[in-house]
Amino acid sequence: MNILWLQSAGCGGCTMSLLNAESPGVFDLLDNAGLRFLWHPALSQETGGEVRRILNDLETGRVPLDILCVEGSILTGPKGTGRFQMLSGTGRSMLDWVQSLAPRAAHVVAVGTCATYGGVTSAGGNPAGAIGVQYDGRNPGGALPESFRSGSGLPVINVAGCPTHPDWVTETLMLIAAGEMRADALDALQRPLFYAENLVHHACPKNEFYEYKASAEKPGQMGCMMEHLGCVGTQAVGDCNIRGWNGGSSCTRAGYACINCTAPEFEEPSHPFSETPKFAGIPVGLPSDMPKAWFMALASLSKAATPKRLSDNAVADRIKVTPTLRVKQK
Amino acid sequence: MTTRSLLVGPFNRVEGDLEIRLEVADGHVTAAYANSPMFRGFEVMMLGKDPMDALTITPRICGICSISQSAAASAALGDLAGRAQLPQGALATAIMHGIENLCDHLTHFNLFFCADFARPAYAGRSWHERAVARFTAMEGSAARACVAARAEILHIVGLLGGKWPHTLAIQPGGVTRAPTLRDRIRMGSTLASFRRYLETTLFGTSVEAFAEVSTAEALIGWDKGDAGLFMEIAADLGLGGMGFGPGRYLSFGAYPLPEDRAFAQGVWQDGALSPVDTGAIREDLSHAWMHGDTAHPSKGETHPDEDMQAPAYSWCKAPRLGGQSMETGAFARQVVDGHPAALDLAAHGSNVRARVAGRLLEIARTQILLERWVSALTPEARFIEDVPLPAHGSGKGLVEAARGALGHWISVENGRISGYQIIAPTTWNFSPRDAAGLPGPVEAALVGAEVGDAEDTPLSVQHIVRSFDPCMVCTVH
Repeated sequence: MNILWLQSAGCGGCTMSLLNAESPGVFDLLDNAGLRFLWHPALSQETGGEVRRILNDLETGRVPLDILCVEGSILTGPKGTGRFQMLSGTGRSMLDWVQSLAPRAAHVVAVGTCATYGGVTSAGGNPAGAIGVQYDGRNPGGALPESFRSGSGLPVINVAGCPTHPDWVTETLMLIAAGEMRADALDALQRPLFYAENLVHHACPKNEFYEYKASAEKPGQMGCMMEHLGCVGTQAVGDCNIRGWNGGSSCTRAGYACINCTAPEFEEPSHPFSETPKFAGIPVGLPSDMPKAWFMALASLSKAATPKRLSDNAVADRIKVTPTLRVKQK
Repeated sequence: MTTRSLLVGPFNRVEGDLEIRLEVADGHVTAAYANSPMFRGFEVMMLGKDPMDALTITPRICGICSISQSAAASAALGDLAGRAQLPQGALATAIMHGIENLCDHLTHFNLFFCADFARPAYAGRSWHERAVARFTAMEGSAARACVAARAEILHIVGLLGGKWPHTLAIQPGGVTRAPTLRDRIRMGSTLASFRRYLETTLFGTSVEAFAEVSTAEALIGWDKGDAGLFMEIAADLGLGGMGFGPGRYLSFGAYPLPEDRAFAQGVWQDGALSPVDTGAIREDLSHAWMHGDTAHPSKGETHPDEDMQAPAYSWCKAPRLGGQSMETGAFARQVVDGHPAALDLAAHGSNVRARVAGRLLEIARTQILLERWVSALTPEARFIEDVPLPAHGSGKGLVEAARGALGHWISVENGRISGYQIIAPTTWNFSPRDAAGLPGPVEAALVGAEVGDAEDTPLSVQHIVRSFDPCMVCTVH
C-alpha cells in the first residue's frame, strides 16, 4: 500500500519520533508490511515540481491513494481562508489540499494530537484557527465533517499523542496493511484501542506511592505526582508505561507529570501544567472510573497507613529507604 | 537576456514549510525571496499563561529542536529568577541537548542533505554509484544505519528525560530525574557503541583524528568514510564555491555549564571575534506579514497581518544585529569557538561545503564532550532545586540549537507572561529583506546559483538551501 504523508501545522515531532522505532526500525517495519511512502516531506527524495506532479496524479485519480497520513493541525485562519499555511509552490492552503485528497484515500490517519484534535497549535486563544482533521478539540467535525468516511468506510483514525509513540503509528499502519483496522478497533474519540485501552497510570513506577498517597511536593522528588504536581496519568489513555519510550522510559519515569497529551484540549488544562488544581485542599479530577466517595475514603485510609519507607522516599530525589528484608537475624 | 521566475516548493527534506521564489536571468539566480509560509503564533499563545507553562508549550514549537527550545525556555525562566541550574542538573541538560544536536546533524547529513547526490541527474559521475548505495532516500545503507544509531543514542535522552522529543525534564533548577550509577554506566556503554558507529561509517577512523584536523586542506581533503565521500562529491560539484554567506557569524555559545559554555559565545567578522551585544538585536517587520515596528525582542510583539499585504512576503521577521544580517549554525559556532580548520575555511567565506564540514567537525567534537560529561555525572549529587519565580520581571535564555543561535525573551507581570519573543536560528538565516532592502543570508547566498534551462527545481538551489539545514517550524513559530 502507498502512503502520502503531509505535514500540516505542527512541529514535525511525530515524524522525528517515528524515526525512533526499534526492533525493527521504521523502514524495515514499513517494508515488511508492504507499505511504502509515495511521498514524505522529511524523508523522500522528491521536491518542488516532482512533488506537485505526485499531488496532481493523486488528485486526478491517476494514482490511487491507499493511506493519507496528516501530521499537524489544520489552520483555518486568517478569516477562514487557511492562508496561515499555504502548501508551498502550489498556491493553495493545506486546508484545501487535505479536503481535496482525503476523499480519494482508502484510509485517513491523523498523526499526533495536533492532527487529531488541534493540539498545542490551538492553545492560548488559538491565534491561527487550528483544528484537527476530523475534530475541533473534543467536538466532532474538523477540516473534514463528522460524517466523513474514507474509501474503506472508516472515519479518520486518530493516533493522538504529543508526540506519538513510534509504535502507535507503525502498528496502526501495519494493522491497516493487514486489513485488520476496523471501526471497533477505535475508541469513542477514534483512537486505536491497542494503546488507548490502557491508562498512563498502568505500570507507572510511582504506583506504590500512589497507593498510599505518598506524594512528591517539588519537582525531582520520587513520590506520586497526582496530588501536587499536576499528573493526570490516572485519567490519560496510553500505554506509555507499559510499552516505554526511547528504550523503556516515560514522562513519569523521568519524574515529571503526565499532561494527558493523547486527549483533546490537553493543551488548555485551565491550570498550570505542573500544578494540581485543588478544591478545599482536595485535588480536582478523579482517577478514571473511581467513585468520588470511595476515592476519598480510600485515600484518607491509605494515607494514614503509609509506610515510613514510602513517606520518606516520596520527598527524596532517589531511594533513601530500601524495602525491609525478611531475613533471619544472625 | 532570457529571464524567468521560479517558485520552488514544496521544499522537502527541510524541517517544516519553505517556499523560495527565484528570479533567473541567463541561467543564474539574480534574486531570491525566502517565504516561511506557515504561522502558528506561539508568542501570542504564551501571553497570560503561568511562566512555567513555557516549559511545556515552547518545546512543542519544534519536534527536531525540542530540547533546544526547552533549554532556552528554562534558561529564560532561570534568568527571570536570577538563578542557574544546579551544576549536575546543568550537566544532565547539556548531555540531553548535546545528543539532540548530534542527532540533528546526523539526520541532516544522511537523510536531508546527501540524498540529493543519489539523484539520476548525477548519473555518470565517478562517485554516483557509491552515493546511490549509501544515500538513496530511505533505502541507502548510510540512511538506514543513521536511523538505527540515532534511535539507540536517544535512549540516553530516554533515561534522563523520559522521551524525545518533548521532554519536561529540563527545569530552571536542574533536571527532574537524578540518574543512578547504573544509568551512568549504561549511558557510557551507549556512547561507546555510538562512537563505534561514527568511526566505522562517518569518519573511517577515530573520532579524535577527525576532530583534531587543523587546516582547511586536511578537512576538505578528508578521504575516509562517508565524510570522505562527501568531500569527494563536494570537490567534483564545486560545493565550496556555492552559496556564500554574509561572512558574519553569530553564536550564543553552546552548553552553559558552571565553568563556562562548552562552545564559545561571540560574533566573528572580518577575522576578529567580538562579544555578542544582544541589546543590539532588532527584529525588522518591513517584509514580514506582521503589524508593528522594528523592536528589540524584549519589547517585541506579534500581530499577524491577516491580509498578507505586499511588500511583505513571509511570516518570518527579520532579525538583525547592529543592522546586519548574521549567519548562524554549526559552522558559525565552530568559527566562533576558534576551531583551527573552521577558521581556516572561514578565510574563504562560508559556503555549502563549509557548512556541512562544520557539522561533521561538531559531530566528532560533541561525541568527545558527551563522553566526558557522562563520566562526570555524580549520582550522589543533587540534580534539581526548587526555583521560585518572581511575580514581575524579565529574562532571556540564550542557547545554541543544532542550527544556531536560539533566544527566548520573557516578561512577567503579576505572575503571568506579559511578553514572550523567540528568535530561532533559521529566523536569522532565512529572514526576508529588511527596511534597508538587505536580504537575509539564504537569499543572498542563492544569488548566482546556476539554473539549467529544463530545471523547475534547480539542484544548485536545493544544495544551497539545505546546506543551512533550515528548521522552518522554529523560524516563525
